[in-house]
Amino acid sequence: MMATLIHPAYIVATALFIFALHWMNTPATARRGVYAGVAGMGLAVAVTWAQPGVVHHGWIVLAIAGGFVVGVPLAMVPLTAVPQRTALSHAFGGLAAGLVGTAEFYLGLGEGPETLTTFRMVAIVAEILLGYLTFTGSLMAAGKLQELKWVPQRPVTYPLQNLTNLALLLVAAGVGTALVLYPTAEWAARLFPVVIVLALLFGVLLIIPIGGADMPTVIAILNSYAGLSAVAMGFVLDNKLLITAGALDGSSGLILAIIMCKAMNRSFTNVLFGAFGQVQQAKAGGEQKVYKSETIEGAAQVLEQASLVVIIPGYGMAVAQAQHKVRELYDLLKKRGIVVKFAIHPVAGRMPGHMNVLLAEADIPYTDLAEMDEINPDMPQVDVALVVGANDVVNPAARYDKSSPIFGMPIIDADKARTVFAIKRSKNPGFAGIDNELYFSDKTWMLFGDAKSVIGELVKQLSSGSGMH
Amino acid sequence: MTQASEFWSQLFVFVLASFIGLGVIRRVSRLLHTPLMSITNAISAIAVVGSIVVTGADYPPMIRLLGGIALFASMTNIVSGFLITDRMLKMFKTERKPGDGGHR
Repeated sequence: MMATLIHPAYIVATALFIFALHWMNTPATARRGVYAGVAGMGLAVAVTWAQPGVVHHGWIVLAIAGGFVVGVPLAMVPLTAVPQRTALSHAFGGLAAGLVGTAEFYLGLGEGPETLTTFRMVAIVAEILLGYLTFTGSLMAAGKLQELKWVPQRPVTYPLQNLTNLALLLVAAGVGTALVLYPTAEWAARLFPVVIVLALLFGVLLIIPIGGADMPTVIAILNSYAGLSAVAMGFVLDNKLLITAGALDGSSGLILAIIMCKAMNRSFTNVLFGAFGQVQQAKAGGEQKVYKSETIEGAAQVLEQASLVVIIPGYGMAVAQAQHKVRELYDLLKKRGIVVKFAIHPVAGRMPGHMNVLLAEADIPYTDLAEMDEINPDMPQVDVALVVGANDVVNPAARYDKSSPIFGMPIIDADKARTVFAIKRSKNPGFAGIDNELYFSDKTWMLFGDAKSVIGELVKQLSSGSGMH
Repeated sequence: MTQASEFWSQLFVFVLASFIGLGVIRRVSRLLHTPLMSITNAISAIAVVGSIVVTGADYPPMIRLLGGIALFASMTNIVSGFLITDRMLKMFKTERKPGDGGHR
């Protein structure tokens, strides 16, 4: 009875997953999407568990309980830690695929060679390659995002890096092919772990040359890989629910990666193999330019007299946890009848949509968050552009300086506003190590300091100033 | 069913599902890209289905252990993925709470 129920149940689960994603198209229906997803997942788990082939239940209960014990705290992390949580979950997804692939291979060896057909072996090899490289790659990405001490933050590059990686991938593919052709040879059982080790190593090497500014793209690509490894698992187990759900995840990661790449005017290969870190050293030196600083009092006065203020948040806002102070500033300005908008660059922060979530957390209505393309035509009418910890996404050099590593990247036109205030932690260049000429412009005034304390001071100034009027 | 036709029907499903995915995801609001990533994470943890079979079937203990770890990893993704997605989505609001002032 249960065995016949499984197919209709899987079809219903697939439909629920598609609806879950469909409802994500607007914040108004998005939560419904979560419930649909949970329903689909619950149904799939229940029906699978009830299969007659599932005879041992102890470990299943244990593993599911373990999943809750670890999963619930992981869901409670502060929203600034969401990028690393996401990377970690890609790692778990990759690990699960890798382990099931491993289990299926040794199972096939034990049960008899006829189960390890060529098609199946191709799927198994694809599954473990994708699974294990996603596992270590995502762990590295999570480590970089969490800023762990033993994970290098800056891109690590060395001579012949791409060649080494390519060679490693070719070796892994070669060994994989040997396994596909001779799955039951006596050396196969010993060669299999070699593929695993190569995939694990490749995942690490793939991520170490990538810097923080490229993380949004890399997370999206890893998201896609995690989905594709689930697809490969579906091929191995001949399970169409796995194939569809994995394909949904894979295409989601792909679309996000494309959006991120477009937003930086770079290609996939350039992000993965471009080693962003090394290009700009040559540009150091040159004439010494001078910043103009502004006092908090002065900035507060200018803000008070504005009628349209655009706040441009970047990773610096997340690092300083400044979103709640930003919201207080937003409230004070609104109270004075000033229109306040947020301009969000697609790659601001460390993952797609990072800024939107942080601002939503701070209780800022999403109707006041504007995308780059939406706000840019209005920028000349803006009285004050307030840059909070963003750097490359407002650098005008991207428009014309062909020698700049960010040349061609679409930017938010902060420099077209009448006045620009830029909050910056220190006088050092930003993450990509590029000087930002917006900071030297005639209409730009720098507010040096941690984003949270600078905005906090502004808030204090504005709220005490209101008494004098 | 032969191996080959099984493979082709799987590939067929994969290609169709990818097109559906591309069509649906393209229309997801840019505001929600972070929650989108966490919900697709949770959904792709459907690998749980494969892990349950490997863990619970009458296989050698080593194999079942691999399945058990995979099951644990997938379950973690399901639980944390759906919970954090919902937590984030709850924060997206159009207007301020009444009494908060500051209407546009």
